[in-house]
Amino acid sequence: MELFLLFISAAIINNFVLSMFLGICPFIGVSNKFSSALSMGMATTFVMVITSVVSWLIWFLVLVPNNLEFLQIPAFILVIASLVQFVEMFIKKVSQPIYRALGIFLPLITTNCAILGLALLISMKDYSFLEGIFFGLGAGAGFTLALIIMAGIREELELADVPKPFRGAPITLIVAGLLALAFMGFAGMIS
Amino acid sequence: MKKQVTLLKEYTKGLWEINPVFKQVLGMCPTLAVTVSAINGIAMALATTFVLVLSNLIISLIRKLIPPQVRIASYIVIIATFVTIADLVMKAQFPELSKALGPFIPLIVVNCLILGRAEAFASKNTPIRALMDSLGNGTGFLIVLFIIGGIREIIGSGTLLGFQIMPQVFEPWLIMILPAGAFLTLGLLMGLANFYVESKKSKERESIIQKYRSSKQVQLTEPGV
Repeated sequence: MELFLLFISAAIINNFVLSMFLGICPFIGVSNKFSSALSMGMATTFVMVITSVVSWLIWFLVLVPNNLEFLQIPAFILVIASLVQFVEMFIKKVSQPIYRALGIFLPLITTNCAILGLALLISMKDYSFLEGIFFGLGAGAGFTLALIIMAGIREELELADVPKPFRGAPITLIVAGLLALAFMGFAGMIS
Repeated sequence: MKKQVTLLKEYTKGLWEINPVFKQVLGMCPTLAVTVSAINGIAMALATTFVLVLSNLIISLIRKLIPPQVRIASYIVIIATFVTIADLVMKAQFPELSKALGPFIPLIVVNCLILGRAEAFASKNTPIRALMDSLGNGTGFLIVLFIIGGIREIIGSGTLLGFQIMPQVFEPWLIMILPAGAFLTLGLLMGLANFYVESKKSKERESIIQKYRSSKQVQLTEPGV
């Protein structure tokens, strides 16, 4: 039950994009089409879950016992970069259609701060191994949810008459602000 | 051959012309996340500038030694080193600020602004130019973060840098210090910046058209005379 609550809390209440500002770049960059938003969300969720497993292992089994905490940032970033590369190769080998669908989104994930943020938060909050996995799963689900909602709104927005200076990034940010307001309604759902 | 610009220009272009947040739309996560108050914004921008300047300087110094195939990985290692330094110094000297900024100091490592400047500028230019460029971009980032942090702090809690500014009767808008306020403030500011650029451009265009018209009139009338 607690794990489920952790999942819900990471996905909706403390949504990575709308309340913790992690992964804003892909949120603004890739949210103009529904299909690409969905692919990006899936790819990110996939990498997030693997990252939470691997970073937990590295942090609690390698770095902390050896008093190497100061190596945290370089270690995590290198692990994430190679992990993304590995995942890309794996998907390419296993399933060509998925690989083609995810295509350019996979390398982009390396510089998504939501991934590194997830790894850092897991080490900061001292989650257990299972908690870490559920936290990663929730974070990925929340990221996908925000991205999909945003893409849906932006597809409608194409037809709207937006003042010229506000086209592109500014209106996206304002819409995101309104979305964040809506998501605030979930606060207090779990005390 | 590219036209050589002065060193001063390398610095000033970062302030507005290629301002990291308004023009390049880079480094959005920290811009939105830490600007609850002006002081947080300043601290974040200073830490980012520190990493930006030193890593770009080093990258520019060793740009000829790095094989192009592994350049991104080498940049990330260099950046991560300086981020670790910044993080540990912040934790030791300003524990409260470090706690307020949370994971966003370590996250400087994936701030696209730094890798972006390294790839677009420092890897192709001399160290002194890279230094000026990164200082300019850092200052531009600082200005934006200070403006957003200032606006949110004044409206959201009635203070600026901790001093009471708004009259006591002013009821702070709680929304401004919540996540939604960050998105709305940055969105509106970006729109205003675009509006300013746009109106300046259309004025320029009009003056060119005016000039063209008047010169054409002269040409048109001259043969007839």
